[in-house]
Amino acid sequence: MLRGSSAVAIDNERNKHPSDVIAAASAARARRSGRVGLATASRSTSDPHPAEMATHELHPNDTLTTLKMESENLKAKLEEERAKLHDVELHQVAEKIEALGQFVMKTRRTLKGHGNKVLCMDWCKDKRRIVSSSQDGKVIVWDAFTTNKEHAVTMPCTWVMACAYAPSGCAVACGGLDNKCSVYPLSLDKNENLAAKKKSVAMHTNYLSACSFTNSDMQILTSSGDGTCALWDVESGQLLQSFHGHGADVLCLDLAPSETGNTFVSGGCDKKANVWDMRSGQCIQSFETHESDINSVRYYPSGDAFASGSDDATCRLYDLRADREVAIYSKESIIFGASSVDFSLSGRLLFGGYNDYTINVWDVLKGNRVSILFGHENRVSTLRVSPDGTAFCSGSWDHTLRVSEEEGI
Amino acid sequence: MARDMSDIDILKMELQQLQKEVKNEREPVSKTAKELVDWVEANSAEDILLKGVPEDKNPFKEKGGCIIT
Repeated sequence: MLRGSSAVAIDNERNKHPSDVIAAASAARARRSGRVGLATASRSTSDPHPAEMATHELHPNDTLTTLKMESENLKAKLEEERAKLHDVELHQVAEKIEALGQFVMKTRRTLKGHGNKVLCMDWCKDKRRIVSSSQDGKVIVWDAFTTNKEHAVTMPCTWVMACAYAPSGCAVACGGLDNKCSVYPLSLDKNENLAAKKKSVAMHTNYLSACSFTNSDMQILTSSGDGTCALWDVESGQLLQSFHGHGADVLCLDLAPSETGNTFVSGGCDKKANVWDMRSGQCIQSFETHESDINSVRYYPSGDAFASGSDDATCRLYDLRADREVAIYSKESIIFGASSVDFSLSGRLLFGGYNDYTINVWDVLKGNRVSILFGHENRVSTLRVSPDGTAFCSGSWDHTLRVSEEEGI
Repeated sequence: MARDMSDIDILKMELQQLQKEVKNEREPVSKTAKELVDWVEANSAEDILLKGVPEDKNPFKEKGGCIIT
């Protein structure tokens, strides 16, 4: 596996989705923004470029090749700047701390009830309720202690790829192939039809891949197969901010822990992980070291780093203040993609759900694997540690969810 | 939206972004990695998945049977 910084090849590939719907308005907007000139591009680097053009006015022959070369040079320059500060490896700094022994993880609860692949799950802040969504079009709210189903909603579409619990615990959000994110208030009355109170909040032009409430029930952040992320007001359905920068489907997002300010990270099919300023809509930092789609991103508990899981069979750690990748979690024996990652409370452990049906647990600081959990009978598609860090829940294409812990002391 | 943009438009967007990022402030890994390690050490005691939890305090403990003594 590659370690450290490396020259990044330009990849202009975009995934085409069979159900691609092009909105005329957004296409026009893209064409208008393309006319912002690149007059300053040639002055941003100090090294002379062999084929550099003196100016970059929009010109019919201003080809893909020139721009690609420009981009390649800038990326090399960026890597150069990052490498200057790469004076030590994370695992070297971590040498002085005690190694972890091998862990044994045990499944404590199995939640059965979905009729098809589980695609997403989220914990309620009360540390016992879980919402999950499935290819069968259903969204279920469970009590993880008792395994009882408390609510069930049937969505108008199949492949409900995203779901999230509201911070208050009084609502859930979900969406998928319907290109929307809808919010369902949870009723205490078991007989009430939840679908009747449904509120459509977000509208994308392609599938919804992930959603998350911000620190209140009032705003939702979404990511989509249309290549964008967006922030919405739940009450009015109004678009508050949109985030453009990915060159292909955005597959995942995670909000920074509230103490560290208004940022979030997203990962996509363009192999990039982008860190965004929620207020301005600007991309602050971008990382492109994965070799394939990034399926999952999750902030380190302190907010100073984030982890990613990818179809390239690795998980990686990116340090936001050093502005670089600082660890790769991989083994030659792991050849299937990582679909979902999450940290334990202290950030010492990284849990990764993989397409080979297993969950691998990594020592974040030293880089070695400390545990492997078997049990799912198909891909692990989603994984989250509980809010108080006592357990983690995994959802799978085998239709079940499992709540697991470290086997007692 | 990325899907509606031509390859050239996407490259231009990428270029503008790269120009900004080259100028970002960065700190050396020796400093930031140490802070990551320090944070973990400070919070390890409360990390139940790391340390384990006694069975009687475990909300997910096995639903038990009876013991006849």
